[in-house]
Amino acid sequence: MEAALDIKERNPFIATKGKQKVSLRCDADSISGCVSQRACVYCGARVVLNPVTDAAHLVHGPIGCSSYTWDIRGSLSSGDDLYRNSFSTELQEHDVIFGGEPKLSRAIDEIVAKYQPKLFFVYSTCIVGVIGDDLEAVCKRSAQKHGITIIPVQSSGFIGNKSAGYRAACDALLRLITPEQPLPRKANSVNYLGDFNLAGEAWIIRNYLTEIGVSVNSVFTGDSNFDSLREATAGSLNIMQCAGSMTYLATKMQDEFQIPYLRVSFLGMEDTADSLRKIADYFGDPAMLARAEMLIARETEATSPIIAAYRGHFNGKKAAVYVGGGFKAISLIKQFREIGIEVVLIGTQTGRPDEYDTINDLVNDGTVILDDANPAELERFMTQQGADLLVGGVKERPLAYKLGIAFIDHNHDRKHPLSGYIGAVNFAKEVYSTLCSPVWNYIYDWGGENRG
Amino acid sequence: MDEQLLYSKNVNENPCHMCMPMGGILPFKGIEGAMVIIHGSQGCSTYMRRHIAEHFNEPVDVGSSSLNEKGTIYGGEANLKQGLDNILRVYNPKLIGVLTSCLAETIGEDVERITLDYRKEKGLEDFPVVAVSTPGYGGTQNEGYLLAVKRIIMELARPTEPHNKLNIIIPNISPADIREIKRILALLDIEYTLCPDISYSLDRPLVRPFTKISTGGTKLADIAKMPGAVATIELGVTASTEESPGHYLSEQFGVPCYQVPIPIGVQNTDRFLQALTAITKRDIPDSLLMERGRLLDCMVDSHKYNFNGRSVIFGEPELVYSLAVTCVENGIFPVVAATGGSDRLTQLLAPIFEQYKQEIAILSKADFATIRAKSVELGANIAIGSSDGRYLTEREGISLVRIGFPIHDRVGGQRLLSVGYTGSAMFLDRVTNTLLGNKYGSYRRSMYEKYYQTGNTPQSIGGAV
Repeated sequence: MEAALDIKERNPFIATKGKQKVSLRCDADSISGCVSQRACVYCGARVVLNPVTDAAHLVHGPIGCSSYTWDIRGSLSSGDDLYRNSFSTELQEHDVIFGGEPKLSRAIDEIVAKYQPKLFFVYSTCIVGVIGDDLEAVCKRSAQKHGITIIPVQSSGFIGNKSAGYRAACDALLRLITPEQPLPRKANSVNYLGDFNLAGEAWIIRNYLTEIGVSVNSVFTGDSNFDSLREATAGSLNIMQCAGSMTYLATKMQDEFQIPYLRVSFLGMEDTADSLRKIADYFGDPAMLARAEMLIARETEATSPIIAAYRGHFNGKKAAVYVGGGFKAISLIKQFREIGIEVVLIGTQTGRPDEYDTINDLVNDGTVILDDANPAELERFMTQQGADLLVGGVKERPLAYKLGIAFIDHNHDRKHPLSGYIGAVNFAKEVYSTLCSPVWNYIYDWGGENRG
Repeated sequence: MDEQLLYSKNVNENPCHMCMPMGGILPFKGIEGAMVIIHGSQGCSTYMRRHIAEHFNEPVDVGSSSLNEKGTIYGGEANLKQGLDNILRVYNPKLIGVLTSCLAETIGEDVERITLDYRKEKGLEDFPVVAVSTPGYGGTQNEGYLLAVKRIIMELARPTEPHNKLNIIIPNISPADIREIKRILALLDIEYTLCPDISYSLDRPLVRPFTKISTGGTKLADIAKMPGAVATIELGVTASTEESPGHYLSEQFGVPCYQVPIPIGVQNTDRFLQALTAITKRDIPDSLLMERGRLLDCMVDSHKYNFNGRSVIFGEPELVYSLAVTCVENGIFPVVAATGGSDRLTQLLAPIFEQYKQEIAILSKADFATIRAKSVELGANIAIGSSDGRYLTEREGISLVRIGFPIHDRVGGQRLLSVGYTGSAMFLDRVTNTLLGNKYGSYRRSMYEKYYQTGNTPQSIGGAV
């Protein structure tokens, strides 16, 4: 096992494929002082719920929580844009001492007067959890007063890690979608879970599904709104892209509303084709399956040559992957394989045991696998493994660049879609534009030393 | 002031400020070999790292004590101590800054006592640990910044024999700005201690080998000697005496303190140089006077275009103050000057604007909902401030000239040069060219819409440009 930079508590979170039977530790709290790349419970909840476009997102807490998450996602909307505002009760010392409930209810009143939203998500933050404001009661009172839906999101930062925030968001969504009367099921319709419509990705997938004869009932939560989410239980199948954030909701919907779910992935050509077939298979309609095959054949024919042309530039290159969720990591291993690049380091912030098992099955011997990594580990293992490229988020980008390594954005605020066939092309193109940029040829010391 | 009524005390809609620990991180990044840890839950440090990394395009490592439920209920002392252990192991720093979050403050963690105990237990009595109390509800990033600078100086400064160096307290300006200040000091042949100094550490050249903590930053030994300096120049006029690090050095060690604005614009740069020459009795070299002349030339070249500018300026009070003065002297008359924090901005700016008969909204504790409403009402046509003002462009068509912190939707926040005569000219050119871009981009269409008439209706002269 690789030494985890002198912090022995980190050792169980790091493994090398082939060296030992992998039983990677994961889903544990971050270790103090390790500079984890993870955020908090509130962050997990906010990123999942924020794409609900006509909701007022009100953060009950001090200003920072609201400031750092204002319009944090590249989620697009086809209608409302209330979601792009960040409302905060901006708690002050006085409120911390005497309680923030009155301020919260006044804040709701003011937002209602100004915007008349149908729906509020009210997020609790660390100090709200500590001072014990009764979010539930305030939301209930205000909801009755204004005759609208106000949902408290229990997302105090310290009650777990980002995964707990996903769960808090799912609980909030469940409250929203649970109907008073059972809704009639729509035939051949799906709810699309775990797509946040970054750069229009949910729209791309909906176009595919429409083409094969599947209607998209609700999206969780990309480009969604109060009305579309309230229709969710009319869907006949849930398909789930981001498993990290949505497995809990999918399971709940299966138990409570008998809506089965399928795991899908639209990252890369292989996963996109597999997912379309899986969905068509589920509905068991030969005509639908035929349309899916037609779509796959047409898009594959159009896309493959482009990907192949890019692949020609990537001989012998090695990639490192450090992303939020395990399922995304799995898709990325396959997607890199499509473009002829080997993944030599892979890690996630919130991956689960079964996902790490799959990752272990997929990667080659010698690949380093890590959970809840930090900059020091990323630096060490990228260097050791000879990675030419890192996939990650905003915080990881400058580290890669400083090490002279190419970088791919897989973050929340990117401005280009990575889903479906267009996403597969964008991905290959982005790999090309960073890996094959001429700048790397000129990153050498004075006099030409230390080239490459 | 009726402007204040616009500001709701219950809702902040799109914040124009950040929290204290965010400001507290930055000075530590400008101290030699320093590393920071935030005592609180994991998200605080991660979000702040993300913001800072995106602005500077630099890796920004900040530890967290990763407080969980147990630590919150039973106290986070063990967590913090483990965090300090791990930071020492991995980063081998020369100094550690410990900042508190809302959470740590609310549960009543005494970081000063905990870090003292820690040093004793580990036999690290001589190792500098700077604990700063930065509750997120206690002020803005501006106060966090000032307090961190002050606490660093309080921890390290020692009574010292008098020496020739000048202390310069640096506010939150870009690394390029700090390098420009150093260049000016070198031209005057002045020895100095700049504190803090992120000019290298948050704008690192690409050199090998990579080190986890960047080299650069103010040397600990130099901070120790700040009490022996000839004088302190604090680049800032908006801090209260209690907040001012320069005032602390003056009170404790008798170092005379000169407060001057961030040197952007001709008056503000003059004031900086006047302070320098008054203290050191040096002459201003011809080359710098030449730069001054070029700035005046730039102002004259651009004055007519700038006179059409009605600016909305927002951000940290110190920067807003300097930019407002600069805008006034160039006729880019401010209609809104706003900050998310300090009331002192209003007191300082109000007399400057009195002589002009135009309406101006000076807003403190403002959010972007207020800034936007006032900008539209008073007809702003150019916005000057951080990236968070991009909504003024997106929603109201008011172009944004980016300056300050954070700049997260463009590259090069760390390379923006705006101070000194040369930097001021560069800043003015950015503003003027934005105004020109707007005019040229639309004048064919706007002239057509205004004047091309098929009938014979007489034209009014009211809309002349």
